[in-house]
Amino acid sequence: MAGRIPLVLLACGSFNPITHQNMRLFELARDHMHQTGLYHVVGGIVSPVGDDYGKRGLVASKHRLAMARLALQSSDWVSVDDWESKLEDWTETVVTMRYHYNRIAAQYHSSKDLPTVSEVPELKLLCGADFMDTFKVPGLWRDDHVEEVVGRFGLVCVSRGSLQPDRAIHESDLLSRHRQSIFLVREWVHNEISATEVRRALRRGQSVKYLLPDSVIDYIREHNLYTQDSEMKNKDVKLRPLTKQTIQD
Amino acid sequence: MSSQEKTKVVLLACGSFNPITNMHLRMFELARDHLEDTGRYRVVKGIISPVGDSYKKKGLIEASHRLEMARLATLNSDWITVDDWESQQLEWVETAKVVRHHAELISSENNNDDVDTVKCGKRRKLEQNTIICQSSSYINTKEDPPRLNLLCGADVLESFGVPNLWKPEDIEEIVGRYGVACITRCGSDPEKFINQSDVLYKHRKNIHMVREWVTNEISATHVRRALRRGQSVRYLLPDPVARYIQEHSLYSVESEQKNDNAILAPFQRYTSAN
Repeated sequence: MAGRIPLVLLACGSFNPITHQNMRLFELARDHMHQTGLYHVVGGIVSPVGDDYGKRGLVASKHRLAMARLALQSSDWVSVDDWESKLEDWTETVVTMRYHYNRIAAQYHSSKDLPTVSEVPELKLLCGADFMDTFKVPGLWRDDHVEEVVGRFGLVCVSRGSLQPDRAIHESDLLSRHRQSIFLVREWVHNEISATEVRRALRRGQSVKYLLPDSVIDYIREHNLYTQDSEMKNKDVKLRPLTKQTIQD
Repeated sequence: MSSQEKTKVVLLACGSFNPITNMHLRMFELARDHLEDTGRYRVVKGIISPVGDSYKKKGLIEASHRLEMARLATLNSDWITVDDWESQQLEWVETAKVVRHHAELISSENNNDDVDTVKCGKRRKLEQNTIICQSSSYINTKEDPPRLNLLCGADVLESFGVPNLWKPEDIEEIVGRYGVACITRCGSDPEKFINQSDVLYKHRKNIHMVREWVTNEISATHVRRALRRGQSVRYLLPDPVARYIQEHSLYSVESEQKNDNAILAPFQRYTSAN
């Protein structure tokens, strides 16, 4: 793929637990970016959020990391990174992106003599269409962060069922301004499998086979994750971004 | 309710499986959960029966490949198996016949389990020098054979209405004598459909509508399309199946043209019979 810009895709999220759908996003995004003729996808990173995020039902990051690693064992291009989850407090997505970009750039510069890629790889945030709507939630994102995530880095957004990210872009001046750095990937298979649904099925003793890898299901059984109790976690806790970022104002 | 009082069920899925996907496999899991959740059933086995090549559906690749992919897909299942009887027949076989074949197989397997008990009974009776009695009342552990249910999507049930696709007596047999576990999509109205058909309404007790609350529409058509376009199908089907497809370069523009000018076997058979 000579002459193409090398690209790394970064997916942030709870991965509570990781599902086939999460992994599909990487596959869809890679195909799409290759088909633009402009990019060569050289890597994928799954970065589970830290426990301090405070999301309802979030199990310990050590489990979420273990499950993601099991799920991606057989992948030759996507890997799991624990930097974000190991930080003291919840950390803004843009900070995680800067960390990974700097790391990738340093790797590139240090191996200049044996170039595997033609230039410093770009880093883009991989997400689903529902993610686009989060930009609208008051206090969840800082404007300057959105600017940097979307404008400086870029988004690869996979549509989901009836959720059309076009509308979210249209309704936001900020996003509209950076339209060229948002790549929209159409997922034609109507697939609403989500971690929420998986957790629900597990609570009810229903089968989740074929929605996530067997190795992850085995892990969940062994550690008895995802019960009525686990779903109660953070029930009365406010999402960390909402408390952390108001202090900055 | 003790487990002895539960009706044992075997789920049989007929179809092209061209190729098998995670959605097909999910159907089995959903149906099993649904039936067992009623407290009345225990699902003991699942059977995947790929259709024969003589079905002549457009884009249908060789049964040998479809069977092997189904086998790879069910390696990690402790209750779902693949059966090649249907695909080994020279001519296309009506679904009712496939159902009947498997029901008879299950029944004879069940009888064989009882044969040993009968033999023991015979021996005991001979010792007592009385007439050999073979009635079931003599053996108090005889169980009914498992009930066979056709496992399908709502589209199959709805296809009962397509002219010349099904023989009326076959529909009657499938829902009347055996039973159906039908996976319905979110937003569809299964009861309305049963209500609109006299034969389905008559046997509504044998029709189990399994609600799929979370849409999971991984169709084989979509998978084939993605493959033709060189796109990834990873995580839509089990990894061993995706690898098999790659190794054998199945599903191309050419393979999709297969049977392009052929008439689907049921149409050929029933329209010529009219």
